[in-house]
Amino acid sequence: MIRINHLNKKFKKLIALNNITVQFDEGQVVSLIGPNGSGKTTLIKTILGLVKPDSGQIYFRDKNIKQEGFTYRNEIGYMPQIGRYPENMTIGQLFSLLKNIRNKDENSLDYDLLKQYNLVSMYDKPMRTLSGGTRQKVSAAIAFLFRPPVLILDEPTAGLDPLSSEVLKEKILQTKKEGTLILISSHILSDLDDLTTDVMYLQDGKMKFFKNLATIQEDTGEIKLGKAIARLMKGEDPAANMISEILKTNR
Amino acid sequence: MRFLILVIFVFMQLHAFSTTIIVGQQKAVKSIKKGIELAKDGDTVKVMPGVYKEGSIIVKKSITLIGIHFPVIDGESKVENMLISGRQISISGFHFINSKHSSYIDYSAINIIDATKINISNNKITDAHFAIHVSNSTHCTIDRNSITGHATITQSAGNGIHIWKSANILVTNNSITGHRDGIYFEFVTHSDIRNNKSINNIRYGLHFMFSHYNHYAYNLFKNNGAGVAVMYTHHVSMENNIFTQNWGASSYGILLKDITDSKIINNQFLSNTTGILMEGCNRIDVKRNSFNHNGWAMKVQANCENNVISTNNFKNNTFDIATNGTSVMSSFDHNYWDKYEGYDLNKDGIGDVAYHPVSLYSMVIEKNPSALFLLRSFLVTLLDKVEKTMPAITPVELVDKKPTMKPFQL
Amino acid sequence: MIKLSKYVLYNILKSKIIIAYTLFLFIVATGLFQMEANSSKAILSLLNIILIVLPLVSLIFTTIHYYNSYEFIELMLSQPLSRKRVLLSEFSGVCFSLVMAFCIGVGIPVLLFATDVSIGISLILIGIFLSIIFTSFAFYTSVNARDKARGIGTALLLWFYFTLIYDGIILLILFTFSDYPLENFTLVMAALNPIDLGRIFIMLKMDSSAMMGYTGALFKDFFGSSSGMAFTFGCMILWAAVPLLLALRKFRKKDL
Repeated sequence: MIRINHLNKKFKKLIALNNITVQFDEGQVVSLIGPNGSGKTTLIKTILGLVKPDSGQIYFRDKNIKQEGFTYRNEIGYMPQIGRYPENMTIGQLFSLLKNIRNKDENSLDYDLLKQYNLVSMYDKPMRTLSGGTRQKVSAAIAFLFRPPVLILDEPTAGLDPLSSEVLKEKILQTKKEGTLILISSHILSDLDDLTTDVMYLQDGKMKFFKNLATIQEDTGEIKLGKAIARLMKGEDPAANMISEILKTNR
Repeated sequence: MRFLILVIFVFMQLHAFSTTIIVGQQKAVKSIKKGIELAKDGDTVKVMPGVYKEGSIIVKKSITLIGIHFPVIDGESKVENMLISGRQISISGFHFINSKHSSYIDYSAINIIDATKINISNNKITDAHFAIHVSNSTHCTIDRNSITGHATITQSAGNGIHIWKSANILVTNNSITGHRDGIYFEFVTHSDIRNNKSINNIRYGLHFMFSHYNHYAYNLFKNNGAGVAVMYTHHVSMENNIFTQNWGASSYGILLKDITDSKIINNQFLSNTTGILMEGCNRIDVKRNSFNHNGWAMKVQANCENNVISTNNFKNNTFDIATNGTSVMSSFDHNYWDKYEGYDLNKDGIGDVAYHPVSLYSMVIEKNPSALFLLRSFLVTLLDKVEKTMPAITPVELVDKKPTMKPFQL
Repeated sequence: MIKLSKYVLYNILKSKIIIAYTLFLFIVATGLFQMEANSSKAILSLLNIILIVLPLVSLIFTTIHYYNSYEFIELMLSQPLSRKRVLLSEFSGVCFSLVMAFCIGVGIPVLLFATDVSIGISLILIGIFLSIIFTSFAFYTSVNARDKARGIGTALLLWFYFTLIYDGIILLILFTFSDYPLENFTLVMAALNPIDLGRIFIMLKMDSSAMMGYTGALFKDFFGSSSGMAFTFGCMILWAAVPLLLALRKFRKKDL
């Protein structure tokens, strides 16, 4: 569904993406993991067209997105890392704006998260009055609203309370069953345990590996994603240390 | 009894002499020249409508020449239409056209030489080189004439009413347009100029020099090429005149050069590039005038002394006063300035702080005219404000110590 | 595009800053007309506000708005919208709200109280143009500068340059080369600063008598003619369009 071909991106001297070649297909839930500044967000933004690559191509349904323009984004739902919205815009306005842009049939829309997060009752509240967590809920609801074939979630559970986080995970699982391609970047590896089908590991802009979860579990003998990856990275010290640290903090 | 008979006799004699001769194409006397030839002193010659092409008409007898419904006197571009010399001659009701033009000699439609008690009234003069030319004459009246020229360049054009070396002339109710100078005086004294309109002349609306003891009142000088310029004269008084729309770098509402002991009172200076320019002027009273919408209301050069500028209204002028030096020997007290920003705590109608009517930038522009285009910019406003609080370049003595808070009722 | 700019506009119109700005202009303008018996003096003071405050507010407001909307712009770009459309929507939203604030704050008092209608209308026209031009400038600098502090700094510098430094440089040049004929030079220099251009346009009406003298006559002949008017507004439109087009070009290639 998404094919990335020899993708390179530099920010001044920093190499953000280094010759990335990868393919994502329907039904996959890909976990993008890696240390801070490894290029996860850059990769996501490049797929969305927010960052322009120096070289290499991205194909969406076998069409180069450079030529495709912006129409391919009709099929993508995106939940950003930080959701900040115009101060005086109400939740209701934001949703009607987005519906206006996509112009989808009202019956095909997915109001599931809106209802579960109880956002409908806050339709008239302006954005500036909302807490960070609520804004995150709004972002999530927006991503799922149009039942897109591709979902890109950048640190989805950061800032959400455990309950809301569970709701979101449930939603992701449910969507996964419908054959949606889901890209998730997260630091919290435990969150990804039940969701992931594939793992893409990035470091210093390089793709260290892209493997099926089952394969990883087989190779390492670990069931938990965190431990499995730690085992996998043994020998490559800095990354392994990072994983251990994460594991410590999460326990 | 004998005396009475004598008186009646004399009276009848006089009456018998004062005859009226009618001139007209259908009358017995067909030409004006013939009419004049037949007339004696004191007679009246009435001219019926028509076009008279008779060359130059010379009038030397003391007669009254009256045109009925503006008979046309056509000079056919070959001659001066009428030459007048003598005493007690009156010309009225004619239309003078096609007077001779020349770039070397001052030809005119009506030429009055060495005459006295001449009355030129209610005539029309069209496209003459000089319309009315008076020289070496006294006690003449020029009244209600309508003078129209189509002058385009100064060199070949003549003046509307041109008077040279004369005295006691009355110039009233005339309208002059399209000539070089509307009214031109040289060595003319003790004369009165009233109610004239001098509009759209290509050089000056009024121009005089060496013409003392004259009085100008209720005249309108509008949109003349260079406004009004008067020079080398003393004891002039100008009252209730309007000077307006005289636009251009060297155009002035009125240019006063070497004028002394004179009065400029109750006039209006409206929308001129410069309202009054004073150069080498002494002892002039400029009072109760209204200066409105001028570029520079007054430019007073440093060589002027003992002039009194007082009780005038200065409103909506881009600059109120400009000067070219630092020494000031004239008084500017007790005027109304709309740019005055002072206060009046004791409520006597007089501002408590002095007003400096010269702005820094007007002096800058004086030195560098191109800088005009930065006028009203933030930079210039800033510079002016600084200069107002700490005068360094503008003349400190040029000050109104008693500016009024409200405009005068003029 | 109208859909999106409608929401942008709606958001701005509800912001306290734009309401405060409108009120400020309205109170100052009305106050000036009430205080001065002479309406042309009030117009003169208003001219100063238009030439100084308007560009400053337009620049700063737009810059802050842009950086505050950064994440929202990102979200919009993750939707099926072109970059051009998103930026133009933001621009038209900001522009329209600033112009509206000006028209209500200054336009209404001017139309109510000004005795000389032609000066009043030119004043409003120039104010509208300057609002648009400096919004356009601010978009250009904001798109180019990554962080807010630098963006605001650049905007302030730009304002300082166009209101003060530029005229200072010209004054310096005029005096340094006062022996040379500089009339045509000043014509060109006037066109190269939208604030000067607007100021001259109004000066031709307000100080028409002074403008007939010296170099003024040249300005009057040039800018006062109908082709001169066309030139003025042509320049104004260019001043608004060029930074916006440059901003669009930069924005299209920019990494967010």
